[in-house]
Amino acid sequence: MEGNLFTAVLFATVVAGTPLILTALGLLVNERAGVLNLGAEGMMAVGAVAAFATAHHSGSPWLGVLAGLVAGAAMALVFGFLAITLQANQVASGLALAICGVGLAAFVGKPYESLALPAVPPIRLPFIADIPLLGEALYNQQALVYASWALFWAVLYFLYRSRAGLVLRAVGESPAAAHAIGHPVVLIRYLAVAFGGAMAGVGGAFLSVFYTPMWVEGMVAGRGWIALALVVFATWRPLRVMLGAYLFGGVMVSQLFVQGAGLQIDFPSQFLSSLPYLATIVVLVAISRNPATIRLNSPLSLGKPYRPDA
Amino acid sequence: MTSRRTALKWTAGLAAASLLPGAALRAAEPLKVGFVYVGPVGEAGWTFAHDLGRRALEAAFPGQVKTTFIESVPEGADAERVIRNLAQDGHRVIFTTSFGYMDATLKVARQYPKVVFQHATGFKTAANMGTYDVRTYEGAYLAGVLAGKTSKSGNLGVVGSHPIPEVIRNINAFTIGARSVNPKASTRVIWVNSWFDPGKERQAALTLIAQGADVLMQNTDSPAVLQAAQEKGVFAFGWDSDMTSFGPKAQLAASEIDWSVWYKKVVGEVLAGKFEPKQQVWYGLKEGAIDLGHLAASLPEDAKKLLAERRKGVLDGSRPVFQGPLRDQAGKEVVAAGQALADKDKLAMNYYVEGVQGTVPGGK
Repeated sequence: MEGNLFTAVLFATVVAGTPLILTALGLLVNERAGVLNLGAEGMMAVGAVAAFATAHHSGSPWLGVLAGLVAGAAMALVFGFLAITLQANQVASGLALAICGVGLAAFVGKPYESLALPAVPPIRLPFIADIPLLGEALYNQQALVYASWALFWAVLYFLYRSRAGLVLRAVGESPAAAHAIGHPVVLIRYLAVAFGGAMAGVGGAFLSVFYTPMWVEGMVAGRGWIALALVVFATWRPLRVMLGAYLFGGVMVSQLFVQGAGLQIDFPSQFLSSLPYLATIVVLVAISRNPATIRLNSPLSLGKPYRPDA
Repeated sequence: MTSRRTALKWTAGLAAASLLPGAALRAAEPLKVGFVYVGPVGEAGWTFAHDLGRRALEAAFPGQVKTTFIESVPEGADAERVIRNLAQDGHRVIFTTSFGYMDATLKVARQYPKVVFQHATGFKTAANMGTYDVRTYEGAYLAGVLAGKTSKSGNLGVVGSHPIPEVIRNINAFTIGARSVNPKASTRVIWVNSWFDPGKERQAALTLIAQGADVLMQNTDSPAVLQAAQEKGVFAFGWDSDMTSFGPKAQLAASEIDWSVWYKKVVGEVLAGKFEPKQQVWYGLKEGAIDLGHLAASLPEDAKKLLAERRKGVLDGSRPVFQGPLRDQAGKEVVAAGQALADKDKLAMNYYVEGVQGTVPGGK
């Protein structure tokens, strides 16, 4: 029983962390290029509704994910046009995108509210899923969970081991210098913003097609904001984003298990509900507390518009 | 029917109209009735149930009534503005459908003494403002009866929204219903501290199922709990409205609210010029404002029969939900044998009855 409980908590932790990881890693790349897009909540909502509608009409959850990806990227490009081309204030444009996205998703999603999708069966990886305790929790998951791990390695490799990643970071640190040595700053920023939107769209698709296979207005329920905060508290480091997301998911799930155990202890559930937020902030701040490394890791030009001189 | 957009247009138009002398235009118009909703209308749940009531009202008085609704109004300063706009705009009856609108409604009610205000689930009144509520616990009790009959393990689970008396009352009623069939049944509760977060509701449901619960009830607003039950092959209920499409096998029945009973009565009496606004009504099974409907075809005959019996007991008062002897968790008698709990004690319920596990968060 103890073992089963451990497996159940771990399984649920991974599931709860996945939409955060997908979205936050996309935002991380986005912000590393020096663009701050606060519209994650809106992009996730639009991704979720696009994915649900497509999966419903086509019968294929994968086409749904693709639609979520495209829809998220399209929303992000609208933001990109405002913030990069027109050099509007990034904070204001991002907030506008968040509000507009949530409203747009509600409007488009109206006809889908009473529908449900068939649950997508998890994919059981051969052999390693048989590992006691861990196997069932980690390797009998939805495909998008594995995709989030692949995304993690890809982002890590891209940022720290590839030339393209180096250029992206250079654009985020000093767009003027990157421009001076001939890099297309505007194009790179557009690509980064589109990638951030696409991943937020996939994060939304995970919610509406895999996690709770339905569409209801407001179902993103703040996860976009949490992903944004994760990136900052993780000081723009992929591994810490991953850690933070699972920590958040893990504490959230554990507090539900504690409540469900029906213990006769007087502990306010309101406090338990706030625990995931507290724990994540405290832990991430504690491991990222060195001011020198924060300076080192935060993109210097974050949030500042850049106009390349002719 | 008028949507939010048209309402906004009216508001804009009003600024222009108020410049014109006289408002004789409105004399022959139908009675305007406004509704303020806390959530999106959607296809299920609390706000949807109110909107069904609104539609039934419009259908019941063709040509005599014109309704407006404004959805997703946050409970705060915004609510006051929205309510005032409705009043300014010539609505003569305004229903505010969430607890959090209480003070905003009261404030606007004082400024518009000729408008009738009706606030759902609150407790403050004025000369032109009353409150109305539905005895959702009667639906929860009947759901409990079916749960007690259906559960093999006797281990039941509830996903709760916020630990307030209304929700605690429903959990207690559910447990009392279940234990009236299976005295060994017990209920575990997980609070998600949110009215609406499908992801969290689902996770709470899965947690209860992993801990052995085989029949679930929820006091939250999305169908996520029912959907999780369907996936795991256990049972659950539709809450506030039918949710069959989200769990065709899992839904044993749905506790359905019919707000139209009160809406029609209010408007009918206002039209006849004899409505008394300062009332506090609490409609239940007897008035037809709540019932357990959409019974699953899979329910055995004896379960249906038992349900009909208990339903009758509540209806004719021979077997009220909170009847004595009733003990709280600690074993202290809260209702003596042969007596029933008074309404004012139901409204203040902040303890779990025997059979609910865990403690009321922050309660004593």
